[in-house]
Amino acid sequence: MARYVFIESRDPFESRDTQFVSDMALALKRLGHEVVIFLAQNGVLAARQNARRSHLSLLAKAGVSVLADDFSLRERGVAGEELSAGVRESGIDALVDLLIQKETKAIWH
Amino acid sequence: MAQKTLTVAIMDAPYESANSTTAFRIIASALKKGIHVNVFAYEGAVSLAIKDQAPHANPVKGTTVEEEDHPTTKNFVASLLELGKSNPLLTWVNCGLCVDERGAGNSVEGVKRGGPGDFLKMAMDSTNTLVIPTR
Repeated sequence: MARYVFIESRDPFESRDTQFVSDMALALKRLGHEVVIFLAQNGVLAARQNARRSHLSLLAKAGVSVLADDFSLRERGVAGEELSAGVRESGIDALVDLLIQKETKAIWH
Repeated sequence: MAQKTLTVAIMDAPYESANSTTAFRIIASALKKGIHVNVFAYEGAVSLAIKDQAPHANPVKGTTVEEEDHPTTKNFVASLLELGKSNPLLTWVNCGLCVDERGAGNSVEGVKRGGPGDFLKMAMDSTNTLVIPTR
Protein backbone atom coordinates (compact mmCIF):
# COMPACT_ATOMS: atom_id res chain seq x y z
CA MET A 1 0.00 0.00 0.00
CA ALA A 2 1.31 3.41 -0.92
CA ARG A 3 0.33 6.85 0.25
CA TYR A 4 -0.78 9.37 -2.33
CA VAL A 5 -0.79 13.07 -1.50
CA PHE A 6 -2.65 15.25 -3.96
CA ILE A 7 -2.08 18.97 -3.58
CA GLU A 8 -5.07 20.65 -5.16
CA SER A 9 -4.34 24.30 -5.84
CA ARG A 10 -7.16 24.98 -8.27
CA ASP A 11 -10.63 26.33 -7.69
CA PRO A 12 -13.16 23.74 -8.97
CA PHE A 13 -15.45 26.54 -10.14
CA GLU A 14 -12.71 27.79 -12.44
CA SER A 15 -10.97 24.54 -13.40
CA ARG A 16 -13.18 21.64 -14.35
CA ASP A 17 -10.19 19.31 -14.35
CA THR A 18 -10.25 19.23 -10.56
CA GLN A 19 -12.74 16.40 -11.09
CA PHE A 20 -9.84 14.36 -12.41
CA VAL A 21 -8.09 14.62 -9.05
CA SER A 22 -11.21 13.55 -7.17
CA ASP A 23 -11.82 10.61 -9.48
CA MET A 24 -8.23 9.43 -9.17
CA ALA A 25 -8.24 9.87 -5.39
CA LEU A 26 -11.39 7.76 -5.10
CA ALA A 27 -10.03 5.09 -7.42
CA LEU A 28 -6.78 4.84 -5.46
CA LYS A 29 -8.68 4.66 -2.18
CA ARG A 30 -10.82 1.81 -3.53
CA LEU A 31 -7.60 -0.01 -4.44
CA GLY A 32 -6.61 0.13 -0.79
CA HIS A 33 -4.12 2.98 -0.81
CA GLU A 34 -3.92 5.77 1.72
CA VAL A 35 -5.00 8.97 0.02
CA VAL A 36 -4.73 12.57 1.20
CA ILE A 37 -5.98 15.64 -0.62
CA PHE A 38 -4.36 18.84 0.63
CA LEU A 39 -6.26 21.90 -0.55
CA ALA A 40 -4.09 24.97 -1.07
CA GLN A 41 -4.41 28.39 -2.71
CA ASN A 42 -7.74 28.65 -4.58
CA GLY A 43 -8.27 24.95 -3.97
CA VAL A 44 -9.65 25.79 -0.53
CA LEU A 45 -12.65 27.54 -2.08
CA ALA A 46 -14.20 24.10 -2.63
CA ALA A 47 -14.06 23.44 1.10
CA ARG A 48 -16.73 25.97 2.10
CA GLN A 49 -20.02 24.55 3.34
CA ASN A 50 -21.86 26.79 0.92
CA ALA A 51 -19.86 25.68 -2.10
CA ARG A 52 -22.45 24.09 -4.34
CA ARG A 53 -21.83 20.65 -5.81
CA SER A 54 -18.59 20.19 -3.94
CA HIS A 55 -17.44 16.57 -4.09
CA LEU A 56 -15.22 16.84 -1.01
CA SER A 57 -17.77 15.36 1.38
CA LEU A 58 -18.06 12.32 -0.87
CA LEU A 59 -14.30 11.91 -0.79
CA ALA A 60 -14.22 12.19 2.99
CA LYS A 61 -17.01 9.61 3.31
CA ALA A 62 -14.94 7.26 1.15
CA GLY A 63 -12.04 7.56 3.59
CA VAL A 64 -9.92 10.08 1.73
CA SER A 65 -8.33 12.52 4.15
CA VAL A 66 -9.18 16.05 3.04
CA LEU A 67 -7.08 18.85 4.53
CA ALA A 68 -7.30 22.59 3.91
CA ASP A 69 -4.30 24.91 4.23
CA ASP A 70 -4.89 27.44 7.03
CA PHE A 71 -2.84 30.17 5.32
CA SER A 72 -4.87 29.85 2.11
CA LEU A 73 -8.12 29.87 4.10
CA ARG A 74 -7.13 33.04 5.94
CA GLU A 75 -6.08 34.80 2.73
CA ARG A 76 -9.52 34.11 1.28
CA GLY A 77 -11.51 34.96 4.40
CA VAL A 78 -12.72 31.44 5.02
CA ALA A 79 -13.05 30.62 8.72
CA GLY A 80 -12.56 27.12 10.10
CA GLU A 81 -16.21 26.81 11.10
CA GLU A 82 -17.25 27.43 7.49
CA LEU A 83 -15.60 24.23 6.27
CA SER A 84 -17.62 21.36 4.86
CA ALA A 85 -18.06 18.22 6.91
CA GLY A 86 -15.08 15.96 6.46
CA VAL A 87 -12.62 18.75 5.67
CA ARG A 88 -10.02 19.48 8.33
CA GLU A 89 -8.05 22.69 8.69
CA SER A 90 -4.34 21.95 8.42
CA GLY A 91 -1.10 23.71 7.54
CA ILE A 92 2.06 23.62 5.51
CA ASP A 93 4.01 21.88 8.31
CA ALA A 94 1.58 18.97 8.18
CA LEU A 95 1.98 18.82 4.41
CA VAL A 96 5.76 18.62 4.72
CA ASP A 97 5.37 15.83 7.29
CA LEU A 98 3.31 13.92 4.74
CA LEU A 99 5.69 14.59 1.86
CA ILE A 100 8.75 13.40 3.69
CA GLN A 101 7.39 9.93 4.46
CA LYS A 102 8.72 7.05 2.41
CA GLU A 103 6.46 5.38 -0.14
CA THR A 104 4.59 8.65 -0.58
CA LYS A 105 3.74 9.88 -4.03
CA ALA A 106 3.13 13.60 -4.27
CA ILE A 107 1.03 15.01 -7.08
CA TRP A 108 0.52 18.75 -7.50
CA HIS A 109 -2.48 19.99 -9.43
CA MET B 1 17.31 8.46 12.05
CA ALA B 2 18.51 8.84 8.47
CA GLN B 3 18.73 12.37 7.15
CA LYS B 4 15.76 13.22 5.00
CA THR B 5 15.86 15.29 1.83
CA LEU B 6 13.03 16.88 -0.10
CA THR B 7 13.46 17.96 -3.71
CA VAL B 8 11.16 20.61 -5.13
CA ALA B 9 10.95 21.58 -8.80
CA ILE B 10 9.42 24.96 -9.53
CA MET B 11 8.63 26.63 -12.84
CA ASP B 12 6.53 29.75 -12.26
CA ALA B 13 8.04 33.18 -12.86
CA PRO B 14 8.01 35.66 -9.97
CA TYR B 15 4.96 37.83 -9.23
CA GLU B 16 2.62 35.69 -11.34
CA SER B 17 1.38 32.74 -9.36
CA ALA B 18 0.51 31.75 -5.81
CA ASN B 19 2.54 28.63 -6.53
CA SER B 20 5.72 30.59 -5.76
CA THR B 21 4.48 31.54 -2.29
CA THR B 22 3.41 28.00 -1.50
CA ALA B 23 6.74 26.65 -2.72
CA PHE B 24 8.61 29.11 -0.47
CA ARG B 25 6.45 28.06 2.48
CA ILE B 26 7.10 24.36 1.85
CA ILE B 27 10.86 24.95 1.56
CA ALA B 28 10.95 27.06 4.73
CA SER B 29 8.90 24.55 6.70
CA ALA B 30 11.11 21.66 5.63
CA LEU B 31 14.30 23.52 6.54
CA LYS B 32 12.89 24.46 9.95
CA LYS B 33 12.21 20.76 10.52
CA GLY B 34 15.87 19.98 9.79
CA ILE B 35 15.17 18.47 6.38
CA HIS B 36 17.66 19.07 3.57
CA VAL B 37 16.00 20.68 0.56
CA ASN B 38 16.98 20.73 -3.09
CA VAL B 39 15.32 23.23 -5.39
CA PHE B 40 15.46 22.94 -9.14
CA ALA B 41 14.24 26.18 -10.68
CA TYR B 42 13.19 25.71 -14.28
CA GLU B 43 11.81 28.04 -16.95
CA GLY B 44 10.47 31.29 -15.46
CA ALA B 45 11.36 30.28 -11.92
CA VAL B 46 15.02 31.08 -12.55
CA SER B 47 14.00 34.74 -12.29
CA LEU B 48 12.90 34.33 -8.68
CA ALA B 49 16.49 34.89 -7.58
CA ILE B 50 17.48 37.81 -9.85
CA LYS B 51 19.50 40.22 -7.76
CA ASP B 52 18.39 43.27 -9.77
CA GLN B 53 14.82 43.11 -8.45
CA ALA B 54 13.93 46.32 -6.66
CA PRO B 55 11.04 47.14 -4.33
CA HIS B 56 8.83 50.00 -5.39
CA ALA B 57 6.63 52.70 -3.96
CA ASN B 58 2.86 52.49 -4.36
CA PRO B 59 1.50 55.60 -6.09
CA VAL B 60 -2.08 54.37 -5.68
CA LYS B 61 -1.77 54.38 -1.89
CA GLY B 62 0.76 57.20 -1.86
CA THR B 63 3.29 55.15 0.07
CA THR B 64 7.07 55.44 -0.25
CA VAL B 65 9.38 52.53 -0.95
CA GLU B 66 10.12 52.25 2.76
CA GLU B 67 6.47 52.48 3.81
CA GLU B 68 5.37 49.98 1.19
CA ASP B 69 8.08 47.49 2.22
CA HIS B 70 7.36 45.56 -0.97
CA PRO B 71 8.54 41.96 -0.76
CA THR B 72 10.78 40.68 -3.52
CA THR B 73 11.26 37.05 -4.42
CA LYS B 74 15.04 37.52 -4.47
CA ASN B 75 14.86 38.36 -0.75
CA PHE B 76 12.75 35.28 -0.08
CA VAL B 77 15.31 33.13 -1.91
CA ALA B 78 18.19 34.78 -0.04
CA SER B 79 16.42 34.22 3.29
CA LEU B 80 15.82 30.57 2.49
CA LEU B 81 19.46 30.12 1.50
CA GLU B 82 20.49 31.70 4.80
CA LEU B 83 18.14 29.34 6.65
CA GLY B 84 19.62 26.38 4.76
CA LYS B 85 23.27 27.41 4.66
CA SER B 86 24.70 24.34 6.35
CA ASN B 87 22.60 21.86 8.29
CA PRO B 88 19.96 21.51 7.04
CA LEU B 89 21.28 22.39 3.64
CA LEU B 90 19.34 24.14 0.90
CA THR B 91 20.75 23.54 -2.56
CA TRP B 92 19.21 25.86 -5.12
CA VAL B 93 19.97 25.09 -8.77
CA ASN B 94 18.80 27.30 -11.62
CA CYS B 95 18.44 25.72 -15.06
CA GLY B 96 21.34 27.21 -17.00
CA LEU B 97 19.66 27.30 -20.41
CA CYS B 98 16.60 28.98 -18.87
CA VAL B 99 18.90 31.54 -17.24
CA ASP B 100 20.64 32.30 -20.54
CA GLU B 101 17.35 32.67 -22.41
CA ARG B 102 16.15 35.23 -19.88
CA GLY B 103 19.42 36.98 -19.17
CA ALA B 104 18.81 36.05 -15.56
CA GLY B 105 22.36 35.21 -14.55
CA ASN B 106 22.73 37.84 -11.82
CA SER B 107 21.31 35.78 -8.98
CA VAL B 108 21.60 36.21 -5.23
CA GLU B 109 24.57 34.53 -3.57
CA GLY B 110 24.33 30.77 -3.21
CA VAL B 111 22.30 29.99 -6.31
CA LYS B 112 23.98 27.38 -8.51
CA ARG B 113 23.75 26.77 -12.22
CA GLY B 114 22.82 23.34 -13.53
CA GLY B 115 20.53 21.37 -15.77
CA PRO B 116 17.84 18.69 -15.86
CA GLY B 117 20.49 16.07 -15.13
CA ASP B 118 21.00 17.70 -11.74
CA PHE B 119 17.28 17.48 -11.09
CA LEU B 120 17.32 13.76 -11.91
CA LYS B 121 20.19 13.18 -9.48
CA MET B 122 18.49 15.26 -6.79
CA ALA B 123 15.27 13.30 -7.19
CA MET B 124 17.04 9.94 -7.09
CA ASP B 125 18.94 10.90 -3.94
CA SER B 126 15.94 12.37 -2.11
CA THR B 127 13.34 10.96 0.23
CA ASN B 128 10.69 12.49 -2.01
CA THR B 129 10.22 14.93 -4.87
CA LEU B 130 7.48 17.46 -5.46
CA VAL B 131 7.04 18.96 -8.92
CA ILE B 132 5.06 22.20 -8.98
CA PRO B 133 4.20 22.79 -12.63
CA THR B 134 2.91 25.92 -14.29
CA ARG B 135 -0.74 25.89 -15.21
